[in-house]
Amino acid sequence: MRPGRRAARIVAPLLLGVLALAGWEAAVAAWAIPPYVLPGPALVARTMVAEWPGLRDAMWVTLGITAMALAAAVFLGVALAVAFAQSPWIEDALFPYAVVLQVTPVVAIAPLVIIWTRNDVVMALLVCAWIVAFFPILSNTTIGLRSADRNLVDLFRLHRASRLQTLLRLGLPSALPYFFAGLRVSGGLALIGAVVAEFVAGTGGSASGLAYVILESGYRLQIPKMFAALALVSAIGIAIFLLLGLVAHLALRRWHETAGAGEDAGA
Amino acid sequence: MSAAPLVALRGVGKRFASGVRALEGLDLEVGAREFLGLLGPSGCGKSTALRLLAGLAEPTEGLVEWAEGARDAAPGEVGFVFQEPTLMPWASALANAMLPMRLAGVGRAEAKARAADALAAVGLAGFERAVPRELSGGMRMRVSIARALVTRPRILLMDEPFAALDEITRWKLNDDLLALWGAQRFTVVFVTHSVFESVYLAQRVVAMAARPGRAAGEVRLDEPAPREPGFRTSARYAAQCRAVSEMLAAATGEAIA
Repeated sequence: MRPGRRAARIVAPLLLGVLALAGWEAAVAAWAIPPYVLPGPALVARTMVAEWPGLRDAMWVTLGITAMALAAAVFLGVALAVAFAQSPWIEDALFPYAVVLQVTPVVAIAPLVIIWTRNDVVMALLVCAWIVAFFPILSNTTIGLRSADRNLVDLFRLHRASRLQTLLRLGLPSALPYFFAGLRVSGGLALIGAVVAEFVAGTGGSASGLAYVILESGYRLQIPKMFAALALVSAIGIAIFLLLGLVAHLALRRWHETAGAGEDAGA
Repeated sequence: MSAAPLVALRGVGKRFASGVRALEGLDLEVGAREFLGLLGPSGCGKSTALRLLAGLAEPTEGLVEWAEGARDAAPGEVGFVFQEPTLMPWASALANAMLPMRLAGVGRAEAKARAADALAAVGLAGFERAVPRELSGGMRMRVSIARALVTRPRILLMDEPFAALDEITRWKLNDDLLALWGAQRFTVVFVTHSVFESVYLAQRVVAMAARPGRAAGEVRLDEPAPREPGFRTSARYAAQCRAVSEMLAAATGEAIA
């Protein structure tokens, strides 16, 4: 990529953001919109600073649940994909249920999950966020494990490689680009799952996250605080997306096209 | 062939699950240390024959017969080079060349040393740490050959390995392959659809005819390895090419273009 193009990719969205915020602030001032309908960005920023301790604690709760759900999604998604790759029987038996979990709205399952986790709220949120997050990792890793070069599979057979050798030296590395593509989707979904589950399950007490702050601010008409919490949810989402992209780039940059490293050597 | 063959296909047939008959009644003997060219048009079953020799597929009729103890001793007795370099893109040239040793349970240090030797033998000393995307097409094919030779196989099976390379690179690799064969004296079965390449490389060229695939003729052409300088442009080379072309035309029942 040319340096000018790269700079444009950073500068253009920033410029647009600044312009939008300025327009928003100007519109709020010009039409004297009351803050309980639409607070200006400056007021939201001031509220963020004033309410920071509470917002920070809530952010950590949401971030913690998101991270744990994503970790569980990675672990179980990859483990299940590996099991699928070992036996078509396992895949045929389990895949429909994975799809059922995927297509059932988490809002509809959440009350059941809360009952089943015996009112352990953190566990309930975790399970809900995991349900939302795990499918892209499972399906992408499953496809990735099957995508190994046919000739390389033959080469491993020629040298009488064991199943474990073939999995570790061929299957998993081949699946890595697919896994990372799924991980990036799942990172965002884990956050959505954590927020939506908290809306449904409610928390309160010590372990309340950003969704609870948004709900509570709504009830109390503290709309600037609601916007501040919303901004933090977005910030977490963007941070997760960038972080996972960076991890994928570092892991794949030497060999995979999607990482966009240097030029090919050519003939 | 005077001595007992290293491996022979005897009346081999191969029918795929789809019902397609790839091979029928194929008889082929490969002598120890021989360089055999397997020549034929696309779809004549050359690659299938090679896969049968490698044990990657089983014949539906007939036998694949190995000289005593030649195949079963160790998986490293057979080296295979595909049409594409078929390297692991995430692994360095060294790690790719080490693969057969590591799969056979050879320790890391020894595998590394032998892989480095194999890379040096194909002219890639100094490129051990490069990953495939950092190498040219010809260099990737060299890594593939190093990987096939790292176990010091008795037989090297090559499936149109240089077909995708440019002519200059192909000629260089032809010479380097002959030099390796001259030095290490392994057996080669080299599948190609190029008359010129088969004449340049092989001691004996077997032509295959299609539908169903079978051996349909052969020409013996003993040339010194490495080839004499200027062999490619010599009248002798042209005459050999003509002989093989005529044999191929007779075998496949088509006139020479």
